Amino acid sequence: MKKVIAAITAILIACAGLWGLAHHLEKSATGGNKQSLIIYNWGDYLDPQLIKKFEKQTGYHVVYETFDSNEAMYTKIKQGGTAYDVTIPSEYMVTKMRKAHLLDRLDQRQIPNMKYIGKSFLHKSFDQNNDYSVPYFWGTLGIVYNDKFIKKGSIKTWNDLWRKKYRHQILLVDSARDAMGMALVSLGYSMNTSSSIKLHLAQTKLNSLGPNIKAIISDEMKMYLVQNEAAIGVTWSGEAHEMMEQNPHLHYVVPKQGSNLWFDNFVIPKTVQNKKAALKFINFMLEPKNAAQNAEYVGYATPNIAAQKLLPKKVSDNRQFYPAQSTLKNLQVFKDLGPKKMQEYNDLFLEFKMYAR
Amino acid sequence: MKNKKMFFMIPYLLWIILFVILPILLILWYSFTDSSNTFTLKNYVEFFRNGTFLKMMLNSFWYAFLITFLTLIISYPAAYFLTKMKNQQLWLLLIILPTWINLLLKAYAFIGILGNDGLVNKFLRLFGIGPVNILFTDFAFIFVATYIEIPFMILPIFNAIKEINPAVIQASEDLGASKWQTFRYVLWPLSRPGVESGVQAIFIPSLSLFMLTRLIGGNRVITLGTAIEEYFMTTMNWNMGATIGVVLIVLMVIVMLITSRKARRKKVDL
Repeated sequence: MKKVIAAITAILIACAGLWGLAHHLEKSATGGNKQSLIIYNWGDYLDPQLIKKFEKQTGYHVVYETFDSNEAMYTKIKQGGTAYDVTIPSEYMVTKMRKAHLLDRLDQRQIPNMKYIGKSFLHKSFDQNNDYSVPYFWGTLGIVYNDKFIKKGSIKTWNDLWRKKYRHQILLVDSARDAMGMALVSLGYSMNTSSSIKLHLAQTKLNSLGPNIKAIISDEMKMYLVQNEAAIGVTWSGEAHEMMEQNPHLHYVVPKQGSNLWFDNFVIPKTVQNKKAALKFINFMLEPKNAAQNAEYVGYATPNIAAQKLLPKKVSDNRQFYPAQSTLKNLQVFKDLGPKKMQEYNDLFLEFKMYAR
Repeated sequence: MKNKKMFFMIPYLLWIILFVILPILLILWYSFTDSSNTFTLKNYVEFFRNGTFLKMMLNSFWYAFLITFLTLIISYPAAYFLTKMKNQQLWLLLIILPTWINLLLKAYAFIGILGNDGLVNKFLRLFGIGPVNILFTDFAFIFVATYIEIPFMILPIFNAIKEINPAVIQASEDLGASKWQTFRYVLWPLSRPGVESGVQAIFIPSLSLFMLTRLIGGNRVITLGTAIEEYFMTTMNWNMGATIGVVLIVLMVIVMLITSRKARRKKVDL
């Protein structure tokens, strides 16, 4: 009995010690130190060299924390446990955070480097005057295919996916908005359609794609396409870029008829402690040289026109990730349609998943 | 003395209240309210009027039934022969061993085995059969689920058969019963408690196997679990999600009642 008590005491002491240590570490990392800047970003979405450079230039101590979904980030900001100074939500999340009063207005005079951002990437519907957000990277929804199974150049439009010969070949992204949006565009409707009749038509069209679909997944799609498990995938350009680095047989197409244009954006959340440093950091990242270095590291498309010019021709002329103007003008940004319409999109998508075989 | 007993009950009571009773109450609360927190039955009306949910419920039931049935067919003979084996402890260990490995890891292993370049297709190719689509089919889903559940069926059946006095079986044979009659009228009724707890242990979790429908079924197999995930995570319509959860709980209770009622009847039979 004595031994048991001794053992339990030892475990308790060890736990308390570890907890204290963890607490101490966290405190030193996120404490209300005026000289530190806490960045909350997606994993591996910023060149660490640039953080060092920023620290050297300004003397601020940068703490870098990561999240893996917009929703996870939203929850954490809303709880307000940590004093995040800068975070990077996607465009629909910017709208949502703004409506929930979680964002601070940006003082644009403090971010003179905004002028380098291309006009076509500013004043989008999710933030009309860019009062709250500055675009960081952008991308599209498109088709990845493997030239081992499919002749190069034979897939150009969404409707090509409906060909009978692609039976059981397609991996579809598990996102109601994107899958329904694809069907809507293939019918010539807007990706932000809110008419129930058009949505039902889109669902019918999607149902007829059923036999061609191998699986409806998201994160695992990368693995399957890289390993030649499937010939075609419908996914986002960022994901496609990562796959193509691992498998040279893969190609990415943005259909000319139109597709989704998405943005990840710098915002300053309400949890901000060091606003000056946050604005300085955003401005620093918009510096063409830095933006170009970051774009090369991350591999996504930068909205920074001056930075695009600094990128190697091989990158900036790659029509897969920097589509031609003729395609670009057909791309649509998702609008926040409100919870009711979103439910309708998701219900229709769920029905499609149920019945389409 | 009684006070002391009460004292030791506290952790258990706290556990039950915090992690069993409160969550169920919360789910019930959400299922009977709408987004503005007013009482409504709308969610339930919607559930039973919407064909998709009913179809999904039937799907869940059907898949859970198939998985349980297949597991039983494989496990019962296995458990029976196990009781006749020599190194029982070793064999049992070998059956339990896979349960020590994380479920996710097993699912990923099966992705490798069933894929286009996987073991199965490599084997088929030896006979000139081209790559067959196995991954992301109903078959793959049921196969993997059955594989994962088998140990949980074998163990209770094994224990139940082992408890049967061998003299009873011998007596049945001495009295001229055929092998089938011995099984039907002696072995089966006496081992039924094991079968019942095995069925409960498998059927109930199988109703909402969510990870496998996604990883192995590639979302081509849709059960109520998929819908719950959508309502809680994607559309954040917690009220409807909770309603589906309540329906699932009720289904599970019904299954429990059916299987335990049989158990009671069995005692009367004896």
